[in-house]
Amino acid sequence: MSEQDQVGRGIGTDDWVAQHEDRVGAPQTGMARLAQQWTRLPALARWGIPLVIFLSVPFIGSSDYILRIGVNLGLFVLLALGLNLVVGYSGLLDLGFVAFYGFGAYAYAMLSSEQFGVHLNSLVALVLVIATTASFGFILGLPSRRLTGDYLAIATLFFGQMFAIFVVSSDEFQLPGMSDAVDLTGGANGITQVDQISVLGFTFETNLSYYLLVVALVVFFTVATKRIHFSRHGLAWRSLGEDAVAAQHMTIPTVRLKLLAFTIGAGVAGLAGAIFASVQQGVYPSEFMLPLLITIYAALILGGLGSIPGILLGAFIMVVLPEVLRFPDYSNGIFLAVLVISVVATVKSWKVLVWAFGGMVVIGFLVNGVLLAMQVPYLAAKEWITGPLAPVLGSWVFMPENRVLFGNIAFVALVGLAAWMSIMSRRTRIIVLPLALWLAIWTWEVRLLLEPSVTRQLLIGALLIVLMASRPQGLLGKPRVEVL
Amino acid sequence: MQYFLTQFANGVVFGGVYALIALGYTLIYGVLQFLNLAHGEVYMMGAFFGFFTMTTLGGPSMSILPVPLMILIMFLVAMGGSALLGIGIERFAYRPLRRSSRLAPLISALGVSLFLQSAALLLFSSRVRLYDSNLFLSVQSGITVFGVHIDTAEIMVVVGALLLMVILWFLVNRTNLGRAMRAVAVDQDAAVMNGIDVDRTVVWTFGIASALAGAAGVMSGLLMYPIDQYIGVFAGLKGFTAAVLGGIGSIPGAMLGGFLLGITEAMVTAYLNPTYSDFLAFFILVIVLLVRPRGLLGRPALVKV
Repeated sequence: MSEQDQVGRGIGTDDWVAQHEDRVGAPQTGMARLAQQWTRLPALARWGIPLVIFLSVPFIGSSDYILRIGVNLGLFVLLALGLNLVVGYSGLLDLGFVAFYGFGAYAYAMLSSEQFGVHLNSLVALVLVIATTASFGFILGLPSRRLTGDYLAIATLFFGQMFAIFVVSSDEFQLPGMSDAVDLTGGANGITQVDQISVLGFTFETNLSYYLLVVALVVFFTVATKRIHFSRHGLAWRSLGEDAVAAQHMTIPTVRLKLLAFTIGAGVAGLAGAIFASVQQGVYPSEFMLPLLITIYAALILGGLGSIPGILLGAFIMVVLPEVLRFPDYSNGIFLAVLVISVVATVKSWKVLVWAFGGMVVIGFLVNGVLLAMQVPYLAAKEWITGPLAPVLGSWVFMPENRVLFGNIAFVALVGLAAWMSIMSRRTRIIVLPLALWLAIWTWEVRLLLEPSVTRQLLIGALLIVLMASRPQGLLGKPRVEVL
Repeated sequence: MQYFLTQFANGVVFGGVYALIALGYTLIYGVLQFLNLAHGEVYMMGAFFGFFTMTTLGGPSMSILPVPLMILIMFLVAMGGSALLGIGIERFAYRPLRRSSRLAPLISALGVSLFLQSAALLLFSSRVRLYDSNLFLSVQSGITVFGVHIDTAEIMVVVGALLLMVILWFLVNRTNLGRAMRAVAVDQDAAVMNGIDVDRTVVWTFGIASALAGAAGVMSGLLMYPIDQYIGVFAGLKGFTAAVLGGIGSIPGAMLGGFLLGITEAMVTAYLNPTYSDFLAFFILVIVLLVRPRGLLGRPALVKV
């Protein structure tokens, strides 16, 4: 560990205390052991292996669809890295961040489409977009001089909402002094047929070219963030995030740093937005709303605020997982795998494991018997399930004909049971575990599989709540230690 | 003049709804210094509870009960359901975070919002619903003051809001629970030392605040506003604006802020461009935050280092 590294850790955390959990004993579960092995690899390998994997994706016979997901993932990482400067480092809770992404996309679309008949050179357009978005960020940052904490969060949240309304309703934009209404943003239909970025004669047309462009940008910004982390500005930002009053006391120019964070963060978001507009050759208002904001925050927080590998991991989970959920065959398998792995990873005694899974299977057959005896109309296995899991699940899961009603009841029961389990004693929790597992699988098969997009949002919401309650520092974040 | 008075009356009616939402924010903020961003979703669920109570009782046109009784039951069920929901949210999402950083509960609240919105979508489907209150509360009925016609639903909303505010005022200022709430608001640790059960007080606070939001949900339904799973976002933001306008943490401030916001909004809709009435809340909020962050009736915040 270099000397700089030591300095960087010093603010607000006591290294010895923070690493307490890593030191006590050997890791218990298989996952933790794997994670420990990973951290022992040299830094070059830890960064190089993922990079090589991502660079080789296009060349091992992958479809356009996968490349497109890759582009989205890259843009998402850019957004997360930009937001990390504002939230993760400087501790400014900016809930209007998505507006900058949208602003960048719309600004690029207006400068290079038939909306106003303007077709600027891509480089000029990009520079203009980044500059305007950054100055926009500067302006939104101005209230942060006086507003702190929750107030700043709500003011920026409002700003994000206003952007969404403005974009939707500005197809007939009219100020009191104007005679005719102007179509600024295309309203709910957005702006279509946006020119693709072309630099020095090379036009980005295929998904492959965008993929490589985005990978290059991600590498650039990751390295840049890494460099910033221990730089003078990085240290100052992070001290601001830890304790603004103390930072000011140490003669750190807090106002300037806050504005700088807002400006740079917005600029990065503007760039990502412009590329987004160019990739899909159009912009639509519904893409820049609250769900995206929550997803970005979920990615940042899932990985661990301020931790660069954490951001990359969080973004990967948040982008790739929902894509997988689109295909019922895969999502079934993944759901069951995640359920089993998380139970195995948290329960250490094999007796409890046998009880949990054995009990789950038995409860399933019991319920089948009861519902059959009550002559509830049901669907045969081949009517609702295909794929490799069909023989197993088809004979075990009772699929009522009225999936919506039964599924809704099961969903409410599952939420109640999960909440109750979080506060019951260990012993009771083990007793109830089989029931909870069965109920989770049943709800999933009966109701949640029918509505993948709703399920995705439900899962993200639940994930945020559970994560905050169990591990507020995120997967790879360091726990904050208050030094009194 | 009559146009002005009609708009003014409209503003007062909406103001009552905003004030009830704002009171919820203010109560929770006062006691826990924490912004419950999921408050708007509780309001949305309250509106749904009221709607399903009405359909269970036979629907808008052929209720099995007399109309006043049906409306009363709708309010009671919605308030009770919302109160339970709010208490559940507090217990499972916020209480584990009571001692952690300020960021954690805000993020958790975002998670709760998203969860409740998608749960509503899953359980109630995406259909937009209407209370159809004109079927049981005729628009022609009502009273006429200074040539301004005020229909029964509007009277009911204003009277109901004022009644709830009086009850709340009594609860906070004249009961032991209210005293405990005020004590926890001033200093949690000192309250514990004086024998106040903080957890119990917080549970009651969440219950009361959420019940008010539920009542506001039913009121907006009775005023014939469509109900879907996204109505909570804007209602919540406007309620919050009203709370900040009046001074967050101050109960009379929330009432004043709610009515002021409602009236201003009605005036902007009437005399300027109606598209911009949604922007208005934002401008008011930013201006208040910049010029007088403690709001109209709030006390200046002290920062303890």
